[in-house]
Amino acid sequence: MALPSDSVGLVTPETVRFDSIALQSGARLGEFELVYETYGALNGARSNAVLICHALSGNHHAAGYHTEQDKRPGWWDVCIGPGKPIDTNRFFVVSLNNLGGCDGSTGPRSTDAVTGEPYGPTFPTVTVKDWVRAQSMLADALGIDAFAAVVGGSLGGMQAMQWAIDFPERIRHALLIACASKLSAQNIAFNEIARQAILTDPDFRGGHYVKAGVNPNRGLMLARMLGHVTYLSDDSMGHKFGRELKSGDIGSGHGVEFQVESYLHHQGQVFAKTFDANTYLLMTRALDYFDPARDYGDDLVRALSGARCRFLVVSFSTDWRFAPERSEEIVDALVAAGKDVVSARIEATQGHDSFLLNVPRYLNVLSTYLRGVAEECGQG
Amino acid sequence: MRTELRIIAELVPERARVLDLGCGDGELLAHLMREKAVTGYGLDNDAEKIAASIRAGVNVIEHDLNDGLERFPDGSFDMVLMTDTLQAVRAPARLLVEMLRIGLECIVTFPNFGHWRCRAQLATRGRMPVARHLPHTWFETPNIHLCTLADFEALCQSSGVAIADGFVVDHAYRRRVLVNRFPNVLGQTAFYRLTRGLE
Repeated sequence: MALPSDSVGLVTPETVRFDSIALQSGARLGEFELVYETYGALNGARSNAVLICHALSGNHHAAGYHTEQDKRPGWWDVCIGPGKPIDTNRFFVVSLNNLGGCDGSTGPRSTDAVTGEPYGPTFPTVTVKDWVRAQSMLADALGIDAFAAVVGGSLGGMQAMQWAIDFPERIRHALLIACASKLSAQNIAFNEIARQAILTDPDFRGGHYVKAGVNPNRGLMLARMLGHVTYLSDDSMGHKFGRELKSGDIGSGHGVEFQVESYLHHQGQVFAKTFDANTYLLMTRALDYFDPARDYGDDLVRALSGARCRFLVVSFSTDWRFAPERSEEIVDALVAAGKDVVSARIEATQGHDSFLLNVPRYLNVLSTYLRGVAEECGQG
Repeated sequence: MRTELRIIAELVPERARVLDLGCGDGELLAHLMREKAVTGYGLDNDAEKIAASIRAGVNVIEHDLNDGLERFPDGSFDMVLMTDTLQAVRAPARLLVEMLRIGLECIVTFPNFGHWRCRAQLATRGRMPVARHLPHTWFETPNIHLCTLADFEALCQSSGVAIADGFVVDHAYRRRVLVNRFPNVLGQTAFYRLTRGLE
C-alpha cells in the first residue's frame, strides 16, 4: 500500500532518558523516559520547532505511519504533514507521550526501580505543570531553546497555555484549541463517573491489576463510552447513527440493538485493550486540577500577564464539553492583559471531537495563522 | 490604505488601547499598530475577513456585534472605532452606548442617507436610493439601519452621547469646506468623534 503523498510517511518513535524530575506535588520521580516522534527538519537557527501536546487519550504518534500496513495514521494527521496546517515542509514538529502515559513514556505500567514492580497506583500524581516541565526537558535534550509554537487541543491546549505562563521566554505562539482555563463542575463530574467506572471494576484490584494478571476492561470500556458521548454532539450522533436498529427490527431489548450502541461498544472495547486504567485516572485528575489562575488569586488576567507569546484560540460551536464560552473567557483575559490574541469560533457539527477532524474553516484558520509563524522564523 | 481609514487613523492617539468593531481585513489596525504603536484588537464575524485580518497580523477576535459588547469591561479601551458598520447592526443605539461604556472615546463613520443623491432618487423616481456610497439594492443591502446626519445627532443627544467632533467627506473622501457647510446634503460619509456626555 502506498502512503498518501501529503503524509509525513513512515515514522519511528525515539526515546530519551532523564535523571529525575521534581513534581508539583512535592514528590520526585527518579529516572524516567519520554517517547517522542519528530516530523520535518530543524532549521539552522533552531527557530522552527513546533511542540504538539496531546489530549486525554492521545500519544506521541500524531502523524504518519509506523508501518506500511498501518490502517490509520497518527491521531492528528489531518493537521500535520507536508502542505498541511502544521506544515512539515516549514516546521520541525515534536510530539511526545506525556509523563504518566501508557504508550512508551514512563508511567504506571513502567517498573519502579525502587520496588522492582510496576508503579501501578503508586505512580506519583502529575499535573499539567509537570508535563510542561518534562516537555521543556525534552526541548533541552533536542537543543530547542524556544518553540515557534506550542499547539494542543483540549487537555493539550491547557498544556500550551501553561507553557505561555511557565516558560514565557521559550514559546513564541500558543495555539489553544477547544480548550478551557479550568474545568467546569459538570466536566469534573463526567470525569468522576468515568473514574468510578474503573475504580469499581472488580478487576481493578486497587490499581494492581498488572501484577494480578487481569485488566479492568469493563471499567475502561464504560469510561470511554461515557467520554465518547460527551465528545460528540447530539447532531453528529444523529447524523452518524440516527435510530438505526442493528437487525432492522425490534429484538429482545437487552442486547446491542441500535447502531450507536454497537459503535460505542466497539470504541470502548478497543480502548480497554490499548489504554492503561491508572493512566486514565491520572490524566483525568490532571485535567480536573488544571487551573492556572489559582496561584494568582483566581485571577486569570494576572496568571496570563507574564506571558510574552501571541495566542490563537479556537473553539467549535457544538462543543459542549469545552464550549466556545470557555474559550472566550481565555480570550477576554488575554485582551484584558494586553496580550496579542486571535480567536475563531468555528461552526462545526462534530462537537468536541471537531478539533481532530477535517473541518475546512478550522484547518484554514490554523494554516493562515501558522503561515505567519513560519514567516517569522524564516520558513515562509 | 483606504482614504477613509487614513482619516480615522489621524484621530487615534499614539499608544492607545484600541478596539475596532467590524475590523474587516485588518488594514486599519495593522496601520495603527505600525504607525502609532497602539495595542489593538478587532472584532469581526465574517470568516474571510477574519482570515484576511490574521494574514495582516492583527489581533482579530471572532465576535458578532449583534451579541453586544458585554464581554468587555467598563473603560477597558482608550478608543473604540466603528467604520461603516453602525448602519448594519441590529441595535445601533444600544451599541453606541456600549461603545462609550467600554471606551473613553469613539470614532464612528457611516454613509449619509441624507446625501442629495439619495434624496433626489427618492423624490424623483420614488425608488430606494442606490448610490456610490450605498451600492446595494434594498433587498440585498446589509444596511438595515440607514440614517442621516440629523438622525444620528438626534440619537446622540437622546442617548447622552457627546459629539466632540463631526465632519463629512465627499465621494473622493475630501473634507471640503463647502461640503461641510451643508453636511447633511453634500456629505457622503460622516465621521464622528464621540465622548461620554454629562450624565
